[in-house]
Amino acid sequence: MRTTARRAMGALALATAAAIVLAACGSDSKDKGGDKAAGDSGSKTVTLVSHDSFAASKSVLAEFTKETGYTVKVLRGGDAGAAVNQAILTKDHPRGDVFFGVDNTLLSRALDNGLFTPYTAKDLGQVPAGLQLDAGKHRVTPIDSGAVCVNYDRGYFTAHHLAPPQSFADLVKPAYKNLLVTENVSTSSPGLAFLLGTAATYGDGGWQGYWKQLKSNGVEVVDSWEQAYNDRFSGSSAGKQAKGDRPLVVSYASSPPAEVVGVTPEPAQSPVGVATGTCFQQIEFAGLLHGAKNTAGGQALIDFMLGKAFQEDMPLQMYVDPVRKDAALPPVFTKYGATVDHPATMPPDKIAADRDDWVGSWNSIVLK
Amino acid sequence: MTAHSTANSTAHTTAPEEAGAAKAADTALLRLDAATVRFGARTVLDALDLDVAEHEIVCVLGPSGSGKSTLLRAVAGLTPLDAGRVLLDGADQRDVPAHRRGVGLMFQDHQLFPQRDVGGNVGFGPRMHKAPREQRQRRVAELLDLVGLPDAQARAVATLSGGEQQRVALARALAPEPRLLMLDEPLGQLDRSLRERLVVELRQLFGRLGTTVLAVTHDQGEAFALADRVVLMRDGTVAQSGTPYEVWQHPADEFVARFLGFDTIADAVVTGTAAATEWGPLPVPEGTAEGPCRLLVRPTGVVLSAGGALRCEVVARTFRGGHVGVRLRPERGPLLEAECALRDAPREGETVGVGFDPGDIVVLPR
Amino acid sequence: MSALRTAYGRGARTPRGTAHPAAAAVRRRAGVRAALMALPLLFFAAFFAYPVAAIVTRGLHEGGNWHLGRIADVAGDAGIRHVLWFTCWQAAASTALTLLVALPGAYVFARLDFPGRRLLRAVVTVPFVLPTVVAGSAFLALLGRDGFTDSLFGVRLDTGVWAILIAHVFFNYAVVVRTVGGLWAQLDPAQEEAARMLGASRLAAWRRVTLPALGPSVAAAALMVFLFTFTSFGVIQVLGGPMYSTLEVEIYRQTAEVFDLPTAAVLTLLQFAAVAVILALHGWAVRRSQSALRLVDPALTAHRPRGAAERTLLGGVLAVVALLILLPLGVLVARSFDTPSGYGLAFYRALGSTDGGTFSVAPWQTVGNSLRFAAIATVIALAVGGLAAAALVRRSSGRLVRGFDALLMLPLGTSAVTVGFGFLIALDKPPLDLRDSWLLVPLAQALVGTPFVVRVMLPVLRAVDERLREAAAVLGASPWRVWREVELPLVSRAVAIAAGFAFAVSLGEFGATVFIARPDDPTLPVAVARLLGRAGALNYGQAMALSTVLMLVCAASLLVLESLRTTGSGEL
Repeated sequence: MRTTARRAMGALALATAAAIVLAACGSDSKDKGGDKAAGDSGSKTVTLVSHDSFAASKSVLAEFTKETGYTVKVLRGGDAGAAVNQAILTKDHPRGDVFFGVDNTLLSRALDNGLFTPYTAKDLGQVPAGLQLDAGKHRVTPIDSGAVCVNYDRGYFTAHHLAPPQSFADLVKPAYKNLLVTENVSTSSPGLAFLLGTAATYGDGGWQGYWKQLKSNGVEVVDSWEQAYNDRFSGSSAGKQAKGDRPLVVSYASSPPAEVVGVTPEPAQSPVGVATGTCFQQIEFAGLLHGAKNTAGGQALIDFMLGKAFQEDMPLQMYVDPVRKDAALPPVFTKYGATVDHPATMPPDKIAADRDDWVGSWNSIVLK
Repeated sequence: MTAHSTANSTAHTTAPEEAGAAKAADTALLRLDAATVRFGARTVLDALDLDVAEHEIVCVLGPSGSGKSTLLRAVAGLTPLDAGRVLLDGADQRDVPAHRRGVGLMFQDHQLFPQRDVGGNVGFGPRMHKAPREQRQRRVAELLDLVGLPDAQARAVATLSGGEQQRVALARALAPEPRLLMLDEPLGQLDRSLRERLVVELRQLFGRLGTTVLAVTHDQGEAFALADRVVLMRDGTVAQSGTPYEVWQHPADEFVARFLGFDTIADAVVTGTAAATEWGPLPVPEGTAEGPCRLLVRPTGVVLSAGGALRCEVVARTFRGGHVGVRLRPERGPLLEAECALRDAPREGETVGVGFDPGDIVVLPR
Repeated sequence: MSALRTAYGRGARTPRGTAHPAAAAVRRRAGVRAALMALPLLFFAAFFAYPVAAIVTRGLHEGGNWHLGRIADVAGDAGIRHVLWFTCWQAAASTALTLLVALPGAYVFARLDFPGRRLLRAVVTVPFVLPTVVAGSAFLALLGRDGFTDSLFGVRLDTGVWAILIAHVFFNYAVVVRTVGGLWAQLDPAQEEAARMLGASRLAAWRRVTLPALGPSVAAAALMVFLFTFTSFGVIQVLGGPMYSTLEVEIYRQTAEVFDLPTAAVLTLLQFAAVAVILALHGWAVRRSQSALRLVDPALTAHRPRGAAERTLLGGVLAVVALLILLPLGVLVARSFDTPSGYGLAFYRALGSTDGGTFSVAPWQTVGNSLRFAAIATVIALAVGGLAAAALVRRSSGRLVRGFDALLMLPLGTSAVTVGFGFLIALDKPPLDLRDSWLLVPLAQALVGTPFVVRVMLPVLRAVDERLREAAAVLGASPWRVWREVELPLVSRAVAIAAGFAFAVSLGEFGATVFIARPDDPTLPVAVARLLGRAGALNYGQAMALSTVLMLVCAASLLVLESLRTTGSGEL
């Protein structure tokens, strides 16, 4: 009986039919489910729209449900830029109630497009004024902060008896020739942040000259942070495996603690250090989406995200710092993290105004 | 146009005399009624009329491109008619798709299903007709026995020789008991000895089963050996229809004669029992209509004798088994073909005398 | 026997209607074709044409006015023209190189019988599903500093065009091996043998007999490789570096980063134009070369390598596979075991925990998500692609039908970002309110899988001799049974290959998937990307471990899919 082929084909045909039916029903039931969740204003679901890096502990989200009765549904996709753009494209039919993940480099775009409805979060007073970039209107609420900084390979500088660089000015010194790898500002957000840092430091007319010097000092540019940090950088564990040969990389202030999470036994210090004078501040905001179906739930969620439980959960979930002054950092951050006291900053509207021109000039200076 | 009208009249006058086809026209199993098929500007079947009676074996004979295969495809429902009708058991088949016509078709190159073994091929038709399993198995065994491949059930078709494939294809076509079995060049690809043996076997088999057969072939030997009735096709129409003997004896026209292999055809003017030709006067059968005509001289009608009036030089001899074909260059007139026994055959270059036998001289309509 | 008679009894029906018989048959055939095309057309209209049109319109139609001037502006930009040129030529060069390297492989995997053949054939497909970032990283280990070529030959190929081209061969090797090999295995060797008996040399026989017979499937493979490399994103970024940019990269930048939708729309139109040219070329090449072939059971064509030439060929192909595919894959596997405290399973163990914070589910659960999505996407792709192929089998000179064929290929040549964003803004109203539905992911994946199904099945289906179908019809098989009994068994190999492709494509699809926001059920590639996006040994190690799992899942799925197909069924 060599009927296997026939049976397989029969099964295939059946499966095809089943899948079509399934697909039809699936979409139907989803539609109904969605409508129900959306249409019922007293809904017990609050939908958070975010980028792919959003993460939160299950237990913390469960706490929110316990406190407020709302369940959080998270929709996430794309990187921060894509997520913001998607939110703008769908602003007439928002997909959720709260958007989280717009940072200071994208803030103007989001605000100018009228993405958010103002809401003053309960604990906003706990957030330093310097992080409240939309303080006047409260359309967005700061949730986390971080810094994009040059990281260095501790081992390399010890072995070469060389002091690691500390500032932007150090990076163009001959001692650090051919050591730095950074990211393409057109395709990578840390790459862009690093450019903004130099622009904030050297001014509108000065950063171009600085980058020319960086270029002649042998800066390498790759397209993504993943490549820079995991392949080219010699200090990360991934970079060691990949035989990365650049001891300086544009990464985050939180990379040193991240590098030691899960490593046993705990090392005395992180193999990665931070050049604290090369940092640019990044703040991520959340906002109540204009046209949200569950406004009350969305407000509760924003309050919760600024609450202590969520703030203290964030560092290990997303490798960012809490914005709340009284939030305690996890030990791995206090032990291995760097303190960045005065990161470079730039007003969001200036970023929005100059960004495209700068990216263009940067391209012609560095890549051509 | 002339060919067409001749064909029709011939078909009608000869049909009732045939042994196997002594049926009234309205009981014909298959009837084509002015069947026409065009491929673009070319007319492949040209208002063709044809009847096949039940249990009759009809062979369609014709050069390639005469529309033979299209005829079969039209009957099978694989090629739609542009005009006219195909009737099976009196029912118009216009809206009946191929798989519901209940006819069998054996393709020239067999077209066995490569992914199925022999049993799977032969059992395909019955399976399509939802015959129960044991019945199917019995039928397959029966048919493979019948075609002389009793143990081939489980063999892969790729391992079959040409002759075996032929037999399997035949068994497959017969398996669903089609009311009409059509064969396209059934023995085309086989070697001569196998062909000659198979053609006899086939005729016996069809006779035993009472199968109605419509076969097409370009080989007259095959057609004559197999058929109750031979239909000659030319340019999509019937040029002549009759028993093999009739067609052989009385080719309807020069086209038929030439197709049957007779090349010695000349202009003549008949007066009484003699015809004036380039070779001189030739005897013609009594009662031949007077006047100009085309005259066919069969090789058997060219008699070599020392006393023959026409002197000829022997140009070539061709050994053909039982006899020898002799090509002659007469002192006047075109080349002649003669046939004579091996021991009587002259050598090349010899000069012989030639006489003519009126029994083998045929007057063709002009 | 009476059953047979009764069956025939139904055959004779009385004529009805006065339609011209031939015209009626033609109309019937056209009707069947239209019915077959309905589902694929609907699918493409709803899930491709409409979303893409929506996003392009959004870009060019702002504030109530059409900004068609942007087309000229953007297309006239020297930088954009350079990108367009680079996109096209690197795709053409990659395609040529892939064919050159992989055609011998197609022969070897189709015709030579050697131990481990099936396993290896599954393994060469693995690159196809790997996230480009991951595979690119492995390639750096091969071509970069201290890599294989560097330590052996002192050649570093890690940035630049060669790295891109070689990586494209790595990714698309299986496309050629599977697409061309599928038909090659079923070509009757007797024809090539016949040519050799007539005095042709082995090479001449191949060139004169086999190559023309393979023509349509070579063209199909070339088309797919071209479209894949034409929309290459990760490889260009990882191995080419910022100096190299393709239309795909630009569209991503303009849509996801710069948010210049008008420019993105023009770039999408440019992409369409280029793809249209390629499709026209392909259609022309195929129409010239297609013919019915004698297909045989693939089990009968494979043989043990004979003679020095075949052994050398086998050796050469195995060496290429080892160097080009096994080595980079091996690097990834090795990294997944290389923990800070020595070789071990720590990263794999970590995949089972939710502590890492990257997911609200344990990373290994993404295997289930991926398999589920891929299975659904495969079924959709097979249904849509199978129907489309069935509609396209009977060759027709109709423009409409050819256009339909081309339409099916378009998604391969369209930016994933465009599709992802298009889904978002187009499928937001009933009856197609699917924005938050899990179904969007398999739908997007099926969009990419369907062209493979069509391209793999069509050459084989078209090679099935029409008279074989007729033979079955005359034996009493209805059109549906002809399809099921005659064509399907003959194309079952192609169906399995197509299913394998669709499955692998879905498993590996990242671009559109990542742009579709969905509840938290990430697929394997998305999970790998998330892990890679974080610093730290544990995250990177887990990314490598999860990639290894992805490879295993892919290879195992392909082996299972192929074993579903058994050859030769002579059932009664």
